[in-house]
Amino acid sequence: MEVAYLIETVIKVVVILLVFSALAGIGTYFERKILAFMQRRLGPMNVGPFGLLQVAADGIKLFTKEDIIPTNVVAPIFKMAPVITASTAFMAAAAIPFLPEFEIFGYTVHPIVADINIGILYILGIMGVGLYGPLLGGMASANKFALLSAARGAAVFISYEVVTGLSILAPIMMVGSLSLIDFNNYQIENGWIVFNLYGVGFVAFILFWIAAFAETGRTPFHLIANDHEIIDGFGTEYSGMRWGLFFIGEYANMFFISFVIPLLFLGGYGDGSLLGALALLGKVAFFFFFFLWTRAAWPDVRPDQLMWLCWKVLMPIAVVNILIAAIIMI
Amino acid sequence: MKNEAFNDRNVSSDGYFKVDIAEYPTDGWAKFTRVVRRTFRAELFVGLWVVLREMLKFDIHTIQYPLEKMPIGPRYRAVHEMKRLWESDAERCIGCGLCEKICISNCIKMDTKIDEHSRKEVSEYTINLGRCIFCGYCAEVCPELAITHGGEYENCSEQREHFIDYTGMLTPLEMMANGTQKEFEGFGAITPHEDESVKKTPLSY
Ligand code: SF4
Ligand code: SF4
Repeated sequence: MEVAYLIETVIKVVVILLVFSALAGIGTYFERKILAFMQRRLGPMNVGPFGLLQVAADGIKLFTKEDIIPTNVVAPIFKMAPVITASTAFMAAAAIPFLPEFEIFGYTVHPIVADINIGILYILGIMGVGLYGPLLGGMASANKFALLSAARGAAVFISYEVVTGLSILAPIMMVGSLSLIDFNNYQIENGWIVFNLYGVGFVAFILFWIAAFAETGRTPFHLIANDHEIIDGFGTEYSGMRWGLFFIGEYANMFFISFVIPLLFLGGYGDGSLLGALALLGKVAFFFFFFLWTRAAWPDVRPDQLMWLCWKVLMPIAVVNILIAAIIMI
Repeated sequence: MKNEAFNDRNVSSDGYFKVDIAEYPTDGWAKFTRVVRRTFRAELFVGLWVVLREMLKFDIHTIQYPLEKMPIGPRYRAVHEMKRLWESDAERCIGCGLCEKICISNCIKMDTKIDEHSRKEVSEYTINLGRCIFCGYCAEVCPELAITHGGEYENCSEQREHFIDYTGMLTPLEMMANGTQKEFEGFGAITPHEDESVKKTPLSY
């Protein structure tokens, strides 16, 4: 039993690592294509059919590019920062049930690495730790734009993290557990949380979704690495695979957050049937697409506007939302 | 593409309009109502709809350059061409040297000699395209419409000296046989409706 459990866990870890590293690459392809189509362009077309192998070409480039450590950087921290981003992104995946459990050769597989009873707290915590990547990388870079970006990162972080935490309190009060599996089971019986409790669930859903944009650093909250203001922010001094790790971390984060939102609010994988699993993948695809969609359509806000939004608008709404939820549930 | 569209330099003011910018709110209540109004008017979704519509229409404007090319106007001044006479396939250039003289970057080098029929003939003619600024003076000054600008804008060669000698510019004979030499409409050519603008010299007192 112990050995079987170990082997299963290792296999699951490897599969998640491989699948989501690959997805991060393919995610960049989809991002380019969709952004291009929305701007009436074609996007990558020349490498492979419809530019599909562009991802491989990028990979080759990233892996073979010279890894430059500039003179004045704080080398140990500078080298470590990308690893923090990428590894925390994948660590967060440990508590996400990607699919309903299924049987293969008479062996029941739970597609979750560890169903810990504080799952959602763990995910948010680890994703929060992920911020140390940009923060440390930016501060160690000896570059004013990177420093600005690190400062922005800290400011953005304390703003959205409040909203994330408060917004999911109401659903947690409904479910009474922090495990994503429990969330899913609750929603089988009581319907999707978005529609629950007279709109409280819906407000929480919207707040969490908005905070997810800040969490992943996507437009309209793409402040930390805003190309047109601060070059590439914390990534300015990075090259080669170190930069690639930041990139993989960012895209893996997008995918994981796209998993977490439907699991929390939109019924997850449902009753565990194949249809439910496909529905979950569909929802994930939609949320991922939405990240790209907004990037094509919306402008970026300023850091002070983001802080204004989080502290003066979203946080009061979240608090009121929790109060209403509490009153209704009493 | 005809010349008329390019000759029309009439920039009308019809296409311009002022963007409607509302007054900036000054007091707190006005700011608050603006936020609420904007939130519930769902302005963000207008932008989302616009880009989604463009994606679904799939009206792609990309030109995949080496495979596809933009049509370029007849007045475009790219690499020079040397024309032949329609009647005799003989070279139009009479070796007058005006183009060499006027060229402001001194990139045309030519030499002439008297041939066996006691006619002036061009023996050397090169344009150093590395120096040419494609101003079009040579085409404009040419009395015979012999040197013109073509539409070919891509050059590559191993040697600068290959840019460009007389035979490279001269219309090939088989093109003359097929009657496919393109008469130049562009720079230096007589513009359409030129005859309408010609006025008689007022000689009658
Ligand atoms: S286009 Fe201008 S610069 Fe070029 S050869 Fe003619 S006159 Fe000289
Ligand atoms: S101006 Fe025309 S005719 Fe005279 S030398 Fe130049 S190309 Fe020949």
